[in-house]
This record gives sequence, C-alpha cells and structure tokens, in this order.
Amino acid sequence: MNLQLTEEQELVIAMVRRFVREEILPLELALDPDAEELAPEDNARLIEKTKAMGLYGLDIPPEFGGPDIDLVTRTLIAVEMAQHRGGLYVPCYGTFGGAGLAQLFEATEEQKERYLFPTLRGEKKGFFGLSEPSGGSDPARAIQTKAVQDGDDWIINGGKLWISGADKAQYGLVFARTANDKGRDGVTCFIVDTDTPGFSVRRVVHTLRSARYATELSFEDMRVPASNILGQLNKGFAIANDRLTKQRIPYAAGCIGVAIKAQEMALEYVPQRETFGAPLSSRQSIQWMLVDNEIDIKQSLWLTLEAAAKAQRGESFRKEAAMAKLVATEAGGRVVDRCMQMFGGLGVAKDLPFERWFREMRIRRIGEGPSEVQRHVIARELLGSSLR
Amino acid sequence: MSTRLNKEWLSAQTAVSQLSGNLGVFQLADESKRIIFVGYAGGKSRFGLKGEVSEALQRTSGAAFARWEVNTAYMSRYKELLMIHLHDYGQLPEANQPSPGESVPGEIATLGQLRPAG
Repeated sequence: MNLQLTEEQELVIAMVRRFVREEILPLELALDPDAEELAPEDNARLIEKTKAMGLYGLDIPPEFGGPDIDLVTRTLIAVEMAQHRGGLYVPCYGTFGGAGLAQLFEATEEQKERYLFPTLRGEKKGFFGLSEPSGGSDPARAIQTKAVQDGDDWIINGGKLWISGADKAQYGLVFARTANDKGRDGVTCFIVDTDTPGFSVRRVVHTLRSARYATELSFEDMRVPASNILGQLNKGFAIANDRLTKQRIPYAAGCIGVAIKAQEMALEYVPQRETFGAPLSSRQSIQWMLVDNEIDIKQSLWLTLEAAAKAQRGESFRKEAAMAKLVATEAGGRVVDRCMQMFGGLGVAKDLPFERWFREMRIRRIGEGPSEVQRHVIARELLGSSLR
Repeated sequence: MSTRLNKEWLSAQTAVSQLSGNLGVFQLADESKRIIFVGYAGGKSRFGLKGEVSEALQRTSGAAFARWEVNTAYMSRYKELLMIHLHDYGQLPEANQPSPGESVPGEIATLGQLRPAG
C-alpha cells in the first residue's frame, strides 16, 4: 500500500482543515459545550460553502449526484472533519451532508422515487432500525420483531431500541423476522413511513452523549405494503451486515480525528505549563504519554486506511474494517484519557473539549458492534465461518 | 426516571433560595401552573441552575413557579421535555417560541416528535 498522499489528497485535506478552523471552530465557541446543531442560518450558509468546495454529499455515489471521491480520500477527509469539539458524532455539524441510508441506492425505482431522491434533496430523513431490547450485536438471532403477511401487506409487531433519529424521520428501515426457523435467512428489511398507524417513538434514551439521544420504537399492528420490502424477502440480514461493515471505516476515522486534535492540543500545552520550575514537556512521564498517543494514532490511521483501500479495490475488507474499528475506538479512548491527565483539572472541565470526547469516545467501544464482537469477527475471518 | 418532569412546583422566591449551581433542566409556570418555559443550565452557564432559573424568572413575563431536575445529560433532557410539550399541547411553551425575526436555536429548529409512553 502506498502511504504517500497524492497532491490532490493533500489539497483536499488542506481545504477541509481550513474549513474546520475558519468556519466551525469560531461558531463552536458560542455553542453549548454539548451542542449538536448549528443555528439554521449558519447551517445553510456552511452547506453552500461545502457545495462550492465540491465536497457536499461525500458518500453519495457520483451517478446520484455525489462528488466522485475515492474511499481512501473520503476517509482522510473524515479524519479532518472530526477535529473539533462536536467532531466525533457530528463532524462539521453535518454541513458536508450525508448519503442518508445508503441501502436505498439498491432500492427499486419506485422506492428510490419515494424515499431515496427526497432524502438526497434534503426533504426526507430516514432511520436505521435494527437493534432491539433483546440485543444489537447478534441481530440474526436477536430480532424478535415479527412481520406476518396479510394479502398484499405485511403486519409488523414489535419494537426497536437504540435507534437514532427516528423522532425526526419520515421513514425508516425496519428489520423484522419473516420466517421463524431460518435464523439470519428469516429477516426482511421493510421501508416504513413513520406516519403509519401503529408506529410510535415511545421515549428518548439518555446516554453519556448529552445532546444526541437514541429512541425506543414500538410497532403495533403496523401495516406495510409488500412493495416496501427493500431487497428480497428473508434476505434483510445481508443488507444489515453490509451496512455494519461499511460503517466501521468512517466510525474509526472519527475517533482518529479527535485523537489527532487532542494530541495537537497537548503538544501545544505541555511546553507552556510549568510544574516545580520546569515545563511539563520536560517530564518523562508526559513525554511517554505523548509517544504512546502518537503510536496509537498512527496504528489506527494505517489500519483504517488499509481497510478503506481494500474496500476501494472491491476486495473483501471485513477483517480489516473490524480491526480498524476495534483499534481506533480503543486507541482514541486512551489518547483522550492521557490528554485529560496532562491538562489536569482543565482536562475534566467543560471549558475544554476533552470531557465531551471522553464520554463520547467511551460509547465508540460499544456502538456499531462492541470491541468483543469485532474480535469475534476477526477470529471468524481467521478460523473460518464454522466459528459461531 | 419519569419521561415528564413531575417534581413539585415551587414559588419563584422559594426556588431561587433552594437552587444550586448544578447542570440540569427546568420549567417555569404561570400562576395557574401552566408551563410557559423550558430551559436548561448547560456547560456555559456561569452559576448553573441557580443562575439560569433566576435569570429566566426575571425575563419571563408571568413566571410564578419553577421546578427543576439536576441532570448532566441536560441537552437531550431539554429536547425531550420540549418534544413532550409539543406532543401534549401541539406547540412549544410560549416563552420558548421565537419572536418574529429572532434566530431559532439549532436544538429547537431540529426537534423531533415523540409519543411518550408515560
């Protein structure tokens, strides 16, 4: 793998870095430390800028109007976009747009008209409804939401937990069991309108993230037309699995971006801060923390870029994506923790972003498949699929 | 934790004397104990709930009662309380509604919809 960035990559990274420093950081100073949204007028103004930069809708395939940027470069951009207080979960506060639910790129033409295109135009939002109270890491077995056929419709009963954005969505992808005895081959993905009778956002689930919450959903005799099945009947697990694998790369990239920013702040601080008549940077204990940070960052970055490169080449990247997610989320937590230690009391105060990163980084070891599941995925790749 | 903020209403004077500098959320009500404002004391507040509730009581016309909840997840709880109010009454509390020409805070502009269970 070539580790030398191209001239184009260097230019794009510099452009995004400038955007974060000149546009995002000044606005962030006025926001609540836990804020996840910009004021609407700032949001609209910055979206115009990212569009002018040719970087809006990075993950949208070019045939649907997105910029034609390879996955390695997009990963490098994701690392840059995360380098601010809110950067882990809301990089640049969403002003670079998103692809919505990427699974819809494989939808039928009618489904694209009703859901994908309005989403890309910013008229509709969707949610991804996989996890349930019975578990999220093993969806093939944990899904208890059931769909039963009734003429041309399906009747869905059950519920979902840990679902982001369902309260703001006009539709969602809901995974339900359509064949009881088939394990992962008995799950189907339905596109569900949130105004369907029987659909409820029951409550907000508060977590370590103060601003962005998950929701709990319930479905009571929710009638969905068969034409709203995404993909094939009983083949929903492949849709879920594909999404989980792809999502691990940007998930890792965000952790790396925050770790880089934390390390940058520490490198600026320790030569200035004096204790017992000497700067902190002269203490070996501090130097070693910085060294360990640097190694954690480099390992995470290289593993993540390798996963992106394999995905870009169309090769299997399941193992590499799991390794990137595992290493970057755990390393990111260690880096932020060490930086908090170097900053002392300031490190835990809301004046600086470390405490927010610390809380949010902890979630990263669980979200999108916990570290233990990533190790299981890697072991299965090493030992074969017979490993359950 | 109850979805709604069900704590006892305290008169403005009693509330101010009992409040501390914690992070959290609060509601103000008029004489009939109708909710007229939902607010939060976040990481930028200088005196936490004590400061934010005191200021809100002064600037909110008709505010007679207050109640609050200490909560480090103040932002998501704040949004939750606003969404519950929207569900119950179909609109934001009157003192949360932006005046004409006033900039809408991002967290209000992007509120979702709940159908709370309890």
